[in-house]
Amino acid sequence: MIPIAKKIRVLIAKPGLDGHDRGAKVVARALRDAGMEVIYTGLRQTPEDIVEAAIQEDVDAIGLSCLSGAHMTLFPEVVKLLKKRKSGDILVAGGGIIPEEDVPKLKKAGIKVVFGPGTPLRDIVAFFETAGKGA
Amino acid sequence: MREAVPARKGAARDSVSGLVDDLLAGDKRAAAKLISLIEDDEAEATDALARIFPHTGRAHVVGFTGPPGVGKSSLINRLVRRYRSRDRKVGVVAVDPTSPYTGGAVLGDRIRMADTGVDPGVFIRSMATRGHAGGLALATFDAVRVLDALGMDIVFVETVGAGQSEVEIATRAHTTVVVEMPMTGDAVQTMKAGILEIGDVYVVNKSDLGSEDVLVANLKFQLTARDGWTPPVIRTAATEGRGIDELADALDRHTAYLDQTGLRAKREVARARLEILENAQRLLSRRVANRSRLGRAFDALAEDVAARRLDPHAAARKLLWPTRPREK
Amino acid sequence: MRAEDDRKALEKEWKRWEDTTLRPALESFPERRKEFVTTSSRPVRRLYTPLDLTGKTDDERLGQPGEFPYTRGIHPTMYRGRLWTMRMFAGYGSAEDTNRRFKYLIAHGETGLSVAFDMPTLYGYDTDEPEAKGEFGTCGVAVSSLEDMRLLFRGIDVGEVSTSMTINSPASVIWAMYLVAAEERGISMSKLRGTIQNDILKEYQAQKEWIFPPEPSMRLVVDTFEFGSKQAPQWNTISISGYHIREAGSTAGQELAFTLANGMEYVRWGIDRGLKVDDFAPRLSFFFNAHNDLFEELAKYRAARRIWAREMRDTFGAKNPRSWLLRFHAQTAGVSLTAQQPEINIVRTTIQALAAVLGGTQSLHTNAYDEAYQVPNEAAARIALRTQQILAHESGVANTVDPLGGSYFLESLTDELEEEAYGYFDRIQELGGVIPAIRKGFFQQEIANSAYRYQREIEDKERVIVGVNDFVVDEQPELEPLRVSEASLKAQVERLRRIRRTRDAKKHDRSLDQLRKGCEGEANTMPLILDAVRAKATLGEIIDVMRETFGVWEEPLLY
Repeated sequence: MIPIAKKIRVLIAKPGLDGHDRGAKVVARALRDAGMEVIYTGLRQTPEDIVEAAIQEDVDAIGLSCLSGAHMTLFPEVVKLLKKRKSGDILVAGGGIIPEEDVPKLKKAGIKVVFGPGTPLRDIVAFFETAGKGA
Repeated sequence: MREAVPARKGAARDSVSGLVDDLLAGDKRAAAKLISLIEDDEAEATDALARIFPHTGRAHVVGFTGPPGVGKSSLINRLVRRYRSRDRKVGVVAVDPTSPYTGGAVLGDRIRMADTGVDPGVFIRSMATRGHAGGLALATFDAVRVLDALGMDIVFVETVGAGQSEVEIATRAHTTVVVEMPMTGDAVQTMKAGILEIGDVYVVNKSDLGSEDVLVANLKFQLTARDGWTPPVIRTAATEGRGIDELADALDRHTAYLDQTGLRAKREVARARLEILENAQRLLSRRVANRSRLGRAFDALAEDVAARRLDPHAAARKLLWPTRPREK
Repeated sequence: MRAEDDRKALEKEWKRWEDTTLRPALESFPERRKEFVTTSSRPVRRLYTPLDLTGKTDDERLGQPGEFPYTRGIHPTMYRGRLWTMRMFAGYGSAEDTNRRFKYLIAHGETGLSVAFDMPTLYGYDTDEPEAKGEFGTCGVAVSSLEDMRLLFRGIDVGEVSTSMTINSPASVIWAMYLVAAEERGISMSKLRGTIQNDILKEYQAQKEWIFPPEPSMRLVVDTFEFGSKQAPQWNTISISGYHIREAGSTAGQELAFTLANGMEYVRWGIDRGLKVDDFAPRLSFFFNAHNDLFEELAKYRAARRIWAREMRDTFGAKNPRSWLLRFHAQTAGVSLTAQQPEINIVRTTIQALAAVLGGTQSLHTNAYDEAYQVPNEAAARIALRTQQILAHESGVANTVDPLGGSYFLESLTDELEEEAYGYFDRIQELGGVIPAIRKGFFQQEIANSAYRYQREIEDKERVIVGVNDFVVDEQPELEPLRVSEASLKAQVERLRRIRRTRDAKKHDRSLDQLRKGCEGEANTMPLILDAVRAKATLGEIIDVMRETFGVWEEPLLY
């Protein structure tokens, strides 16, 4: 038996109350189709839930999806908690209904990239592929 | 041997010994990293496992097998809550299949345990089978050992429930739970061959499809004692939380039974034999696959067999004992 | 149905056309694609003729407007008698903020109100609960108390205007607040007109705003049917929805089938409660999506009316023709709007609104062009409203009943959609019914599969989305997102504190106690909820009692 190649592990999470999971599920499937291992947290996750899962699953990156406008509170909180738990090396991407105005603020708070509505799946997949390239 | 663990871009490198020290101190991040190390079969994996192994053997390992959709995740979630309420530390390793076409996987069992994930006394790890046949990942039971060393009192292993996973899990777990659900109507189900022989506890989980009564009766009728233990049949309704106490009691009883009869020690030896053989096989496979002298010798043997100069059994003997004189 | 001779003659003529006219044309001008499909990936033929309409008589297929099976419309005069209600979905921030937006829209000509609530309210949390952190007013108005409800409708005569409230799990509570607020102003329940969405089944399938498991949730819904039929007979106690199912990614056929299957499930539960079908069926209403593919949408609405009429009359034995009518509200497809070149969303919304109007909707919301990235600002909301007004007064489509009736294409598509729906009804039946199918994740899986296929079609450029995967420009639109103010949040939290501090604690506790007992037993919960609301219990407090008694739903996991 030949050792299996290392896989990129990604956590797809829905923080807050927003229940619109169409995009999150489509992205999860696309990442799987690109050969990654995707852990989907399901709905109604707190930032604590998400960070705990990310650490236990030792993921390379987290994708956060929010369509209800609560991203400015929830996304930076995830980054903050990751840093606190010595896991600031996990990349965090965001997606959903996020006004252009908020993107620089989110980036400043540590969100690596924000995928707005209409982003092609291949761009999203490409980003997560870079997340796995270890040193 | 290189000590440092490969890290993500920009991250500081952790050393294996450092990670193991942290693991033994109860650090979840270290546990997660070590599991990844083993899963990815990094060069440091064997070293890590060697350091961890002396600290294992305390946790009770319970394997769950059964068809997809039967409710294993929900059951495990309920059990986690119950054991937590008695202040026991619980680990879960949940395995899902890797797609043979894409090599990827969506690992969805964690979602069922959303409310327990943040509990400090719980550690949940999702694994993909990564091409390993059957319902387990190659690294599953090594991951269990990491959680054992982390301090978990009980570790639940959830399999995919396909292929030979039942047998695999039965040989590696202390207690094997087989979860079934009734199919449409009352017709007596044909159970998969062997499934009646490998379970220590049988669970019939509520479904909307058919009546549990027939299935329960059928199981009770067919299950016989093995090593002096007659597997109980427990009815549960996982999504409603019913039958969980009974199931936990059955698990506890089996645990006690293994200790009282000395079966635990016996099975540990049997397990070790199996694992040593598996490791040996893996090592051999690896060694013949590379460009070493043995690898080249292996290639030559294969040519000989294909050309009918040598029969395959003789070739195998030559591989294992290269200096043995050829038998006429 | 054409006679055999006519049929043969038509076939001959068709063959002739293919040979003499079509074939040479195809040789010099091959078609743009190998296959043409609708938004739902349904194949569409080159041409439809009378040959495509078989299997039904004109009476079975069409009937007359205002008569069974209502394919052509539920009223004999449709928009010649009365235009559809122009009902713009609105809500953000605090009750005061939204009250202002309501007044703006009324001033600009909307003829019905529609309330959007924020996430915490939709899930039964008060603004000051931890789950609400960061979510106050971002996608709708926060209503945690009776006082919020009063403020929401201050200066608006709810006795005169009808109000639709998009609220599901906590619908009974929000409705109770509306009823009590009106009662305080001397308006009796029997005079009130409006709708609560209250469609819990589609929450499990698509919108995911569930709280409790299916059975207790259905009980709450039937409680509202029972209560409403006696106390608020002009109120639609449910809006059985396909909109969200479609937005989550389903096809038009799935939207149609799942919505009607859910509808029939509600009827079943009402009958099981002991209600006479004619006592509550006339107040069941529906809510469909108005998506891109004009003809497929039209076919969907007409098939819906026909199927519902038949099932209500023949399967459920309803005698009152009002029970057979499928009355619906439509909303243009939010999911079809793009953040890129947002002004072109106005065009999309117009076509979609046209579909709804040609399809005979009773009420319509048109999306604002900025919906893809924010809660609509005033200017954008106004354009959306004007779209409806232009359709009504300038386009001429409202001047005749069912203008496209008889179109070979349309009637053929309608038949196809109807057949597809019945196929789904059979499958749902095989799975044991709607709720068992929900537990097995059937709907969720179908929807997720359609969503994924649709996205792949876009990725592969099989399907063009203008501005997104073709006709792309590199511009950043000038946007001004609506922000919820800190001041609004503070005021809301302060209001809640004051309410809890100043109310009659004994009365409050007693009412919640009674509610708990009622939930544990079999009493109709509405009177108990009304008492709790009158005792100034907040939304979160009432829902907490229900959470304790009914438990919380855990969804099956699927992709």
